[in-house]
Amino acid sequence: MYAYDELDRTLINERVSEFRDQVKRRLSGELTEDEFKMLRLQNGVYLQLHAYMFRVAIPYGTLSSKQLRRLAHVARRYDRGYGHFTTRQNIQFNWIKLAELPDALADLADVGIHAMQTSGNNTRNVTSDQWAGVAPGEIADPRIWSELIRQYTTLHPEFSFLPRKFKFAITASAHDRAAIKVHDIGLRLYKNAEGETGFEVLVGGGLGRTPFIGKTIKPFVHGRDLLSYVEAILRVYNQYGRRDNIYKARIKILVHELGIEKFAQEVEDEWQQMRATDTALTLDDAMIEDIRSRFSYPAYEKLPHMPDELKKAAHDAHFEAWRKNSVAPHKVSGYAIVTLSLKPVGGPPGDATADQMDAVADLADKYSFGEIRVGHEQNLALPHVARRDLPALWKALDKIDLATPNVNLITDIIACPGLDYCSLANARSIPIAQELTRRFANHDTANLIGRLHINISGCINACGHHHVGHIGILGVEKNGEEFYQITIGGRADENAEVGTLIGPAVPYGEVADVIEDIVEAYLALRAQPDELFVDTVKRLGVEPFRERVYATR
Amino acid sequence: MTSPLEQKKIRIAGPSVVTANRTWDGVVIYRTSQHGWSSDLSDAAVIRTSDEARALLAESVADDVGAIGAYIAPVEIKDSGKIKPGNLREHIRLQGVTIELPVPA
Repeated sequence: MYAYDELDRTLINERVSEFRDQVKRRLSGELTEDEFKMLRLQNGVYLQLHAYMFRVAIPYGTLSSKQLRRLAHVARRYDRGYGHFTTRQNIQFNWIKLAELPDALADLADVGIHAMQTSGNNTRNVTSDQWAGVAPGEIADPRIWSELIRQYTTLHPEFSFLPRKFKFAITASAHDRAAIKVHDIGLRLYKNAEGETGFEVLVGGGLGRTPFIGKTIKPFVHGRDLLSYVEAILRVYNQYGRRDNIYKARIKILVHELGIEKFAQEVEDEWQQMRATDTALTLDDAMIEDIRSRFSYPAYEKLPHMPDELKKAAHDAHFEAWRKNSVAPHKVSGYAIVTLSLKPVGGPPGDATADQMDAVADLADKYSFGEIRVGHEQNLALPHVARRDLPALWKALDKIDLATPNVNLITDIIACPGLDYCSLANARSIPIAQELTRRFANHDTANLIGRLHINISGCINACGHHHVGHIGILGVEKNGEEFYQITIGGRADENAEVGTLIGPAVPYGEVADVIEDIVEAYLALRAQPDELFVDTVKRLGVEPFRERVYATR
Repeated sequence: MTSPLEQKKIRIAGPSVVTANRTWDGVVIYRTSQHGWSSDLSDAAVIRTSDEARALLAESVADDVGAIGAYIAPVEIKDSGKIKPGNLREHIRLQGVTIELPVPA
């Protein structure tokens, strides 16, 4: 966990007071909606179909049990008893009243939670690998750098009035769980041949209306230069990024139109000028160490890798099914990372009730040193679970409906709120996800299919990251009816690719049948049982799938 | 369900109402013929011409304190005279989400 200091607490509390005054002036009519809109967005407040939506930041996906309990309190006191974990390590409350928002913000501020950088044309919540600090083989904890960027960019004018929103993601593992290639800036922490720790910097990735995979702008930037280098990128973006057309305002468009070489040269020139004029911030070791020292790590015990409790539980097929999909190796022997699926059969992906949040907080205290993680796949994780405790944890999770053994399987669906909640959506996402989870509810079938990620977005803004789903589903409108475009072959990991459209959009009622056809085609076409769906698509292209889906339609 | 957020030209193809969200709590509301707002669609003023629409929208937008994001939405008028939402988006705004909420209301 990261411990906020007095400066952080003061900043958050001042922000609450400021927003309380702004809300008061809005409700009295002193501020018009035009004047107020940017102010509310800077505090994570959107207007959706039925009510205001309040988006709360969970920087780099790390929460304490105390913070999770407070989120549960907000859900219960100010909303309708649940929250929605998003694809960018935030949580959203869908039914909040503007008049009560300052109180909700104040309650969150008490435990170091805020809504800064969750909306607006500024740097957004810096995301990271949800297994940061505990993943085996990780170079270093990427959250230290996430936090540095968070602190540096919060309220910094160069990062606060951008042409459009701006998203960072950081990983320090070879396997990218943070989807860095589809972010405005993606950072991969690694050690170079000289043994120095630094970053491969990618720029111009993104989804939405115009998806692009990020390109490497600089193969290695030393950690001490990270902030000045990203500032140089933002300076170039601020100078050349379009502000006249919202659809062309993201940095990915600028990088695409200039070309990565030209863009990289502009950034290099800017950076060198900053260095020559002594305006480039160079982090010294003490600064980095100061941040590092405020992350606390558990006092792990020496524990056996295969304790008796685990040996005994291995005879239980239900436990084993859960363990195989939900439990991942930990950097410390005797411990494990446990993913808690927020994708029950027939449930809305990413939703958790206040009661579940409280229960997870209790379980985190009992089994995970009081720490919880939030992943962009809309699941939670307990990052420090002793392997001997896995059977007991599984039983406890099962009681609160958080032990669905489907992590990374076809029913572990990522979906945006869609037309049920969102004012931008063209079509519903959640009912499609629910139908698919019912269709593939049989665990043996899901296991037979293997790793397969379905992503659903209710509009082209792509909050459900449909472009990078192994199977992507995009809701569109045709003559007032909901239709869905299907793409296949996308992926968000270190081999990120944008999926390929397989053909004309299909109506709402046919989506599950189409997905079933695609899956059946895959099972018939895969070279061997362990060839993943995306690999089969890569090997054969979309044509066999297109043929299967449209032959009889 | 094209988002009405970018509604620029006022042209209506059939009976319509002006809808918005109430400022203090975000609740869905409809402009009434009494120059006020109601959360009940049956209270809404029904407009049938572009001129009527323009006038009602202008009046609604002018109430910046009471309502936010006013726009024109299509409705159907049943034989019984009952007003129904004219598309799925408006149906969802009126009736609520089409799914079961994680915590029943």
